[in-house]
Amino acid sequence: MILGDSRDLVTGVAKPHSSLNSGESMRFNEWVEKHVRQIFTLPAIFFVIVMVAFPLVYNIVISFRDWNLSSYAEPSWIGLKNYSSLLSDARFWGAMWRTLAFSFSAVVIETILGFSIALFLNRDLRGKNLTKTIFLLPMVATPVAVGMIWLLIFEPTMGLANYLLKGLGIAPQLWLTTRKTVLPSLMIIDIWQWTPIIMLISLAGLAVLPKDPYESARIDGANSFQILNMVTIPQVLPTLLAGVLIRLIDALKTYDIIYATTQGGPGEASETLNILGYVLGFSYFKMGRSAALIVLFLVTVTAISLIVLFLKNRTDKKIEV
Amino acid sequence: MKKKTRTTITCTISYVSLVALLLVVLFPIIWMFLASLKTQAQIQSMDNLLIFKPTFDNYIAVFTGYDFLKPIINSSIIATASTLIGLIIGLPASYAIARFKQKKLSLTILVIRFFPGITFLIPWFIIFSRLGLIDTYLALTMSHLLINLPFIIWIMVPFFETIPREIEESARVDGCYTVTTFWKIILPLASPGIITAMLLSFVFSWNNFVFSMVLSGGRTKTLPLAIFNFVSYAQINWGALMAASVVITIPVLILAFLTQRYIISGLTAGAVKG
Repeated sequence: MILGDSRDLVTGVAKPHSSLNSGESMRFNEWVEKHVRQIFTLPAIFFVIVMVAFPLVYNIVISFRDWNLSSYAEPSWIGLKNYSSLLSDARFWGAMWRTLAFSFSAVVIETILGFSIALFLNRDLRGKNLTKTIFLLPMVATPVAVGMIWLLIFEPTMGLANYLLKGLGIAPQLWLTTRKTVLPSLMIIDIWQWTPIIMLISLAGLAVLPKDPYESARIDGANSFQILNMVTIPQVLPTLLAGVLIRLIDALKTYDIIYATTQGGPGEASETLNILGYVLGFSYFKMGRSAALIVLFLVTVTAISLIVLFLKNRTDKKIEV
Repeated sequence: MKKKTRTTITCTISYVSLVALLLVVLFPIIWMFLASLKTQAQIQSMDNLLIFKPTFDNYIAVFTGYDFLKPIINSSIIATASTLIGLIIGLPASYAIARFKQKKLSLTILVIRFFPGITFLIPWFIIFSRLGLIDTYLALTMSHLLINLPFIIWIMVPFFETIPREIEESARVDGCYTVTTFWKIILPLASPGIITAMLLSFVFSWNNFVFSMVLSGGRTKTLPLAIFNFVSYAQINWGALMAASVVITIPVLILAFLTQRYIISGLTAGAVKG
């Protein structure tokens, strides 16, 4: 249907625009044509300014203020005090550490798992498309619902997780409800949810690899491990690293799963920067402090992205040489 | 002969491990469906995990006891509105970026894609409160555009770039304005990309939790928020919670099945190009 339409339109192009040829509208059309770049991009730029740039600047302004929404006191200017008190607050550093530990561990495991599964699937298997579709489901399923499913699975008395452990002869765990296991349990959810994206990106990268290097390696008598190590991995690396970068940034931002299952608890045991930022702002109503935390969080995310980008560019160059 | 048995064995092992893998991926989702059809007592007992007499009481409870219809309508309105506005703003912008090499704009959009959503919560909350827009469709739609617009542009720019320039140039020779060419030729040619962008941005908006937590209220409560509110009841009604989770995920899962090829290309775009 859509294809048919477009064909008609392509062939119908040559028709002259009789209705537009009168003077007034002609001049308007010429004006539009002349400024078409600006007209096409203006709405997007306007949105960026109103909803992104201005709020960002405003957020920085708020971060210099002592602003408590739960009191009637006027917000007062306190300079860098929000920052200095955050930087000397153990709760902030705990959240920072948890954010980094959670993201890096989960992404490393997802990368290894996802890439291995992609290698395994990168052959003629029947049902490959169905497999890919099924792998999509954890990614697109509503995160809050995913959190609820795992809340039930991890439930200590009636959850499936402990039932399976019992079958394996392992002592039952408290999963999301105790300090020691809450972060690893959240990582399991994240790994279930996001290994597929690494898998799909790797699979797409593997699909476009040239065939020649494989043939010459095989002629040279390389075994399959050597081929993987010397031919496949170096060639897929740029794609894989791009996927890892995207995933890492998204992992640092993880919010829905954590808030839906633990709200940062028990205690502060799963409180990441994201959660702490929300709690400071909307449970304690400390707008200035929360805004300062968000600025520090953004700086952290940016710094990590730049480091990973730098590493990626270096491997890209190495491969070109 | 010996070689043949070996390939059969490797082949069998491959398929067995594939099925095992798919079970791991699917199991939590299957578990949600099963639990949504069980009574609270059946969920709490570990005797009959897979064989039980299904009941639809949980689904009835979700719509009668917890008033789930309103959040469904709210989420649909907000997801549709933010997707449509995202396309209206995003398609021309993507085309301009692809054709006129608007590097600065494309970089800005790319960076926005990576901002944590929470970055904007405080300023938006204050601005929208002052304007009296908390708990309105307008505020929520605007906030969801922050996800949808960069995503649409991220998908569409590479797509527009693959459309050969000759098509536009011949149209221009025939006296077509850029706007006409864009509307009548480029957009129809780009329809697979537009469908991908549209579906995924609908899904992202439908799934969004964090913006609704702050910007919505009694009137505009969205589905993820409604589901989250289940947990705050003293004793969790697991069956109803799972039924509610099924209700929110079903449309997304159906979309994923119907349009998997588009979605995979959409989600992996950007990375594969390096």
